[in-house]
Amino acid sequence: MNLPLTIKETQAGLMGKKFKAAEIVREYLERIKKHDQGINAFLTISEEQAFEAAAKVDRLLENSGKDAFSQYPLLGVSLALKDLFLTKGIRTTAGSKVLESYVPAYSATVVTKLEKAGTILIGKTNCDAWAHGASGENSDFRPTKNPWQPEFVPGGSSSGSAAAIAANFSLIATGTDTGGSIRQPANFCGVVGLKPTYGAVSRYGIIAMASSLDSVGHFARTVNDARRVFEVTKGEDGLDSTVKNASPQKPKSSKLRIGIPREYFAQGLDKEVEKSVFTAAHVLEKEGVELVEVSLPHTKYAISVYYIVQPAEVSSNLGRYDGIRYGNGRNSFGAEAKRRIMLGSYVLSSGYYDAYYLKAMKVRSKIIQDFEQAFDNVDAILAPVSPTPPFALGEKADNPLQMYLADILTVAGNLAGIPGLAIPSGFTKKGLPLGFQLLGPRFSEETLFSLGERYQQSTDYQPKVAI
Amino acid sequence: MKKSNQLRKNNQLRYKNFTAVIGLEVHIELSTKSKMFCGCSADHFGRLPNTQVCPVCLGLPGALPYVNKEALLSTLKLGLAFGAQVNNFSKFDRKHYFYPDLPKGYQISQYDIPLSQGGKIGEIRIRRIHLEEDTAKLVHQTLDGKKVSLIDFNRSGVPLVELVTEPDFNDPKDVVGFVKEVQLIARYLGISSADMEKGSMRLEANVSVAKDAKVPDYKVELKNINSFKFLEKAIVLEIARQIKLITSGEAVVQETRGYDEAKGTTFSQRTKEEAQDYRYFPEPDIPPLRFSDELVKEISRSLPELPDQVRKHLISEYGVRADYSEIILADRKRVEFFEKAAGLGREENISPTLIAELMVNKNMDKDFPEATGLIKRILELTRRQYAKANAVEKAVKKVVRENQKPVNDYGQGKVAVLGFLIGLVQKELKGKGDSKMIKDLLVVELEK
Repeated sequence: MNLPLTIKETQAGLMGKKFKAAEIVREYLERIKKHDQGINAFLTISEEQAFEAAAKVDRLLENSGKDAFSQYPLLGVSLALKDLFLTKGIRTTAGSKVLESYVPAYSATVVTKLEKAGTILIGKTNCDAWAHGASGENSDFRPTKNPWQPEFVPGGSSSGSAAAIAANFSLIATGTDTGGSIRQPANFCGVVGLKPTYGAVSRYGIIAMASSLDSVGHFARTVNDARRVFEVTKGEDGLDSTVKNASPQKPKSSKLRIGIPREYFAQGLDKEVEKSVFTAAHVLEKEGVELVEVSLPHTKYAISVYYIVQPAEVSSNLGRYDGIRYGNGRNSFGAEAKRRIMLGSYVLSSGYYDAYYLKAMKVRSKIIQDFEQAFDNVDAILAPVSPTPPFALGEKADNPLQMYLADILTVAGNLAGIPGLAIPSGFTKKGLPLGFQLLGPRFSEETLFSLGERYQQSTDYQPKVAI
Repeated sequence: MKKSNQLRKNNQLRYKNFTAVIGLEVHIELSTKSKMFCGCSADHFGRLPNTQVCPVCLGLPGALPYVNKEALLSTLKLGLAFGAQVNNFSKFDRKHYFYPDLPKGYQISQYDIPLSQGGKIGEIRIRRIHLEEDTAKLVHQTLDGKKVSLIDFNRSGVPLVELVTEPDFNDPKDVVGFVKEVQLIARYLGISSADMEKGSMRLEANVSVAKDAKVPDYKVELKNINSFKFLEKAIVLEIARQIKLITSGEAVVQETRGYDEAKGTTFSQRTKEEAQDYRYFPEPDIPPLRFSDELVKEISRSLPELPDQVRKHLISEYGVRADYSEIILADRKRVEFFEKAAGLGREENISPTLIAELMVNKNMDKDFPEATGLIKRILELTRRQYAKANAVEKAVKKVVRENQKPVNDYGQGKVAVLGFLIGLVQKELKGKGDSKMIKDLLVVELEK
């Protein structure tokens, strides 16, 4: 069968009895069986649960017909979860050998919400262990490969989720974005990736990387699909006290203004990336959006601040994997996790705290101010996601510092807690995906979606599948 | 507290030119319905192990803390009861250390901005009061011939208040007086049972010794003290140990010491070199806390009568002996009983001191759940000894005959002399007269 590529197509097909949910599941599982050995998008396939959920969907449609969709907005939508999302009864590893055999006793809020919305869980996706990485190569199990060209990385850390959408192994997939871990793999795999506002989606039940930066989002093939999923995942759950039901941040006037941040087009930006981003900006300009140059002067400090705050929180959050409770001992930690535990413990230790962590937090406030000032003048910011197109597997694997710099254009968004939407914008001459990101003030997802939808409509965007 | 000044002098004499410098850390488990950061029951004493647990208090991957507002309120109450300054802005911090009873590898506590600062009990200044979560409990036992350590997570995440004093104590006896008062205040506020035996109140003392009034440059932390009696003993022993060291020219090592009741000694647990670096940093999972002045005022207004206010009432208003009043006010329910009984007794001419005496010495309030019962009983007991009516009549007649002046005064409308005449009759009857009967008969005689 020809798998539907959007939620709309899927639900129309199900309603029109073109196919059954069980058939979709069978097709995805076959594709995974056939192609995933070369991609490594999945760590666990939940075949049994998928067929059970599909049968339920088919029964619901049989009994209630069209009405089923009002109660279950994502009915029949197949789902892949980054293996950081706890799933009751289904192994959850965080891509680490430490949790190789850990089967959670409860499910994450987002998992429960998606389940209640009628999704069908296909499986758990590969990622850099503990979400530490920008290439997928830090997975303790096996590296995920870019479905477009398997000798290239898919980006990270939500590597498997992005790859699963590009390879058409699922309709939607979840991810976490602590320093770019959704936007960058979305960018490298040619799919849409949403990093919501910090505090818009509950982190409860998702293995923490850096608590003040972790943002829970997802991948889809169109902006409209990303919007539909966000409608389900957002909102307070009474379990994550940093989440609030804020009313959406509205644009200042009907004529939208988009800022192009000077500092994001600095030296080192790949020419093809730069060109593609500007082309996208001009598409929106033609759509009646005004383009304005803005400055985010503290951008150059973002990566330094990030590599103090993030390891500090990582070192704290990984303390619970002390070898007593979750199966494997502490010697199962990979090199990158150990590196961050050491970095983080160092910057928090007495005598160094003020010089590193406290100072970093002060600069973090400056970065937040940068964005606030910019958003006084514009409704959103348009920028590249990554300074380069996907790099080759192994290219940066031995150089942690080089790898850290892959996040240079995404981390500021996390430090400021603002939403970001990564949107594909074509391919390089070599055939690797290109894209851009839209950043907005806190709780401005609505504006980002409508801009993204306008972009995709105006370019008559048709989702493409890599395999 | 006044009595202790004398004791302090005695102690200083005993220590010659040494002065003990003592500070306290008091931990109090709050008796909130649920735990500090999750919905599990906080009432853990004597429960089947690991039956009151959830992902949050087990520290499972992905679990997040959600603050219990009742616990915040209880802690603010405690601070305000001491007259502390509530911080309008406060926050939680992570305190890291590695121990099996701490499932997250850190304890959510408060570092540089506690809920309240300052406040006093008597002369003792309170430095800070903060809120944190309790740890799990380790149970060491032998199972199938093997020594094992089991973890009970029922206690994990129970709200725990930490109160730290300034090093204002010089006398171990004052320390005990202070902790007893803290215990009482916690109970009066209804925020904790503060039972030492159940571990809902735990004590640590920082002890050092100053020679010739020089400020000591070290302190020894005393731990595992599980009763008031041991607290005093441990401090006394520790002061003696330190004086002995200093006298023999040795320096006292800054360290943590435990108290061994069986051996009657303190022993080294951890020295300064082994001290932990807790790597404190602000808890990112919990937004900062803000308390408005209005809220603080509202909490202040809602505070119940505190032990010291009750103490003043009992002594100056009711004339209860100081030692008896301490016994009664140890239990707020007894205070309520006493006040009710004293009110009823006033109508029956029963003195509050008698009620207090019967409560303290005969535990008579235990026999009567209602104060009216006690009053009835007192009336029964005392009436039996009353003089017979003819004896009263004889005495009345004698008094009227022998005291013409007040009798005339009464005839001229000075009704107030009646009390004086009743007193004279009672004197005749050696106090065994029923005042009502005396009064009735006197009036009859005087109206003749």
